[in-house]
Amino acid sequence: MSSRDVVLARVRRALADVPRGEGPSDPPVPRDYHRVHGSRTTAQSVELLAENLAEYRAIVHRSDAEGLPGLIHRLLAERGARTVVVPPGLDASWLDPAWRDPSSESGSDVTLVEDHASSTPYELDAVDSVLTGCAVAIAETGTLVLDAGPDQGRRRITLVPDHHICVVRVPDQVVGSVPEALPRLAPERPLTWISGPSATSDIELDRVEGVHGPRTLEVILLAGSREAG
Amino acid sequence: MSGTYLGMPAFPRAAAASTRDKQLRANLTHATHTIRDKRAKAVAELDDWAQLRAAGAAVKDRTLRHLDHYLEQLEAAVTAAGGQVHWAADADEANRIVTRLVRETGEREVVKVKSMATQEIGLNEALAEAGIRAYETDLAELIVQLGDDLPSHILVPAIHRNRSEIRDIFRREMASWGRPAPAGLSDSPAALAEAARLHLREKFLSAKVGISGANFMVAESGTLVVVESEGNGRMCLTLPETLISVVGIEKVVPTWQDLEIFLQLLPRSSTAERMNPYTSTWTGTTDGDGPQTFHLVLLDNGRTDTLADTVGRQALRCIRCSACLNVCPVYERAGGHAYGSPYPGPIGAILTPQLRGMAGPLEASLPYASSLCGACYEVCPVAIDIPEVLVHLRERVVEGGPVTRGGARTVLKPAKGHAAERAAMRAAAWAFDHPGALRGGMRLAARSRRLHPRRLPGPGRAWSQTRDLPAVPAESFRDWWQRTRGTSSEQRGDVK
Repeated sequence: MSSRDVVLARVRRALADVPRGEGPSDPPVPRDYHRVHGSRTTAQSVELLAENLAEYRAIVHRSDAEGLPGLIHRLLAERGARTVVVPPGLDASWLDPAWRDPSSESGSDVTLVEDHASSTPYELDAVDSVLTGCAVAIAETGTLVLDAGPDQGRRRITLVPDHHICVVRVPDQVVGSVPEALPRLAPERPLTWISGPSATSDIELDRVEGVHGPRTLEVILLAGSREAG
Repeated sequence: MSGTYLGMPAFPRAAAASTRDKQLRANLTHATHTIRDKRAKAVAELDDWAQLRAAGAAVKDRTLRHLDHYLEQLEAAVTAAGGQVHWAADADEANRIVTRLVRETGEREVVKVKSMATQEIGLNEALAEAGIRAYETDLAELIVQLGDDLPSHILVPAIHRNRSEIRDIFRREMASWGRPAPAGLSDSPAALAEAARLHLREKFLSAKVGISGANFMVAESGTLVVVESEGNGRMCLTLPETLISVVGIEKVVPTWQDLEIFLQLLPRSSTAERMNPYTSTWTGTTDGDGPQTFHLVLLDNGRTDTLADTVGRQALRCIRCSACLNVCPVYERAGGHAYGSPYPGPIGAILTPQLRGMAGPLEASLPYASSLCGACYEVCPVAIDIPEVLVHLRERVVEGGPVTRGGARTVLKPAKGHAAERAAMRAAAWAFDHPGALRGGMRLAARSRRLHPRRLPGPGRAWSQTRDLPAVPAESFRDWWQRTRGTSSEQRGDVK
């Protein structure tokens, strides 16, 4: 008898009290909890997202499509970032045109790094910043969800660099609550839910921001744009 | 502390020592009170908490009642998504499977995400015997590992250490495990977190094998979920080439939608946050992103025995949030080590005796490690009635009775040391069944009350050492009632 059979047989013996007619979807689960807490206009949801992001020490910026490349450039410059890794499907209009043409005379102080399947974690560790979009943002919890889509890339690129700039298209990508977020996400994709920069409460249960994940999380709420694709 | 729970003394002996440790009590009081208040605030933000709690309990109960179905569904989904599923009936088997899987990669080092299941089975020790070094990467687990210590809290295993103790451990031990602590390390939590970041960086970047547990497993999609704060989880789950997850069979939930309940209940109950900094979900393997080999080891190790007890099975709903530890007056004073297992506090007092059986003195003592105040039940996000299970297990200890061990029905003998209690209870039952004898006995007690000792003799001595014996009144209630208002029931001819 395999261990699989042993364990399953034990489970079945242990459940001798469960009536034969009871199916796996019995007994019913009461789902009378709220789909979303409180009622908000779209603008209020975006506002709440910004508030909750900030409360967990993410730095929140707002921009329109026109100002976005300039803002991103400024954020990188202020940090002194020399290299920034971007996912392959990032919206090209987000980037300063000068970066895309390394031979350009006007040039840029920031070098774009493309993520390759063959690049090692060490190579990523040498990169200063990462710039991505996201799949969904949750207002009530201040959470960004990345689903490894074309404008988000492999999970590791938003993990190893110490500085993450994440662009959220508002209001399209903003949902109110966790129950509203899950139906918009595909379980077969690898997901990373991010609520503020990495943190720990392991010393005296005091929250400290900044451990292994990016220690600086900047979120740009990009207004008035439709979701890509 | 030797890094193992083997041969731990029964709870009263361990607690007698730990309650005298003033530093420990100060550390625990500070930490548990801080988190207690924060949790209450985070929970109060959701006006449907009671409904979420009921739904969480209902999902877990439903899953447990059809666990065989959901485990098979999960296995099929994980396999279809490119994962390999292994089954382990007990700790030894799980350790053998993981050791073999690591050996097959040819690696001698693994990085670990904090995992209760691997603590429970003693995986690190088993790997060490096979010449494989396991690096704990959660900050608190790192503190415990460097200090050759044992975890004392589910969420914050080093809760018994304060910041200056942690700094001393880092200064002393980091060098022998890898990058030494920075010179002049201070005891500010930020500096200590930075030291951990530097120490572990190299390990993450070079790791080829990661080992994790999981908070949830979704049966319909085969998705595993790990909830964390530091990013060490993400490092272990995404950078290595091979990922091995050891997960208790009770961690399965039926649907993707069910996560909407638990991802609201868990962070608020455990770290008192609206959402923890990082949650990772993965389904099998993904081409070009993350580990290309994924093994899931499904662990029984006493869970099916727990499932067989219709009262005790509710302990398997536990989502390891640790809210019950933080409110428990006994935990706050005794500390986590006294519970003699990776599961301390109220949940440990009902989980450990059920997972391991109650034949040993430690396990038999754990159901008594509680004042039955009920605070644990109040805060439990999946409504485990811990006091109910404690009382149920106490009855098992005193009376013995049918239990399931290793999947086989057996009869537990009454524990030693409870003979006097059993005799007293039998005498009381007989007396309450014989009204004449009860009346005679109470009158005798009332008339002889000047002669009563202040301490009990014989086996009752220990009990009355810390308690005053109740004073016997001059007249029993029954006599008083008959004398003042009642008439004799025999005269009225009605029921006794």
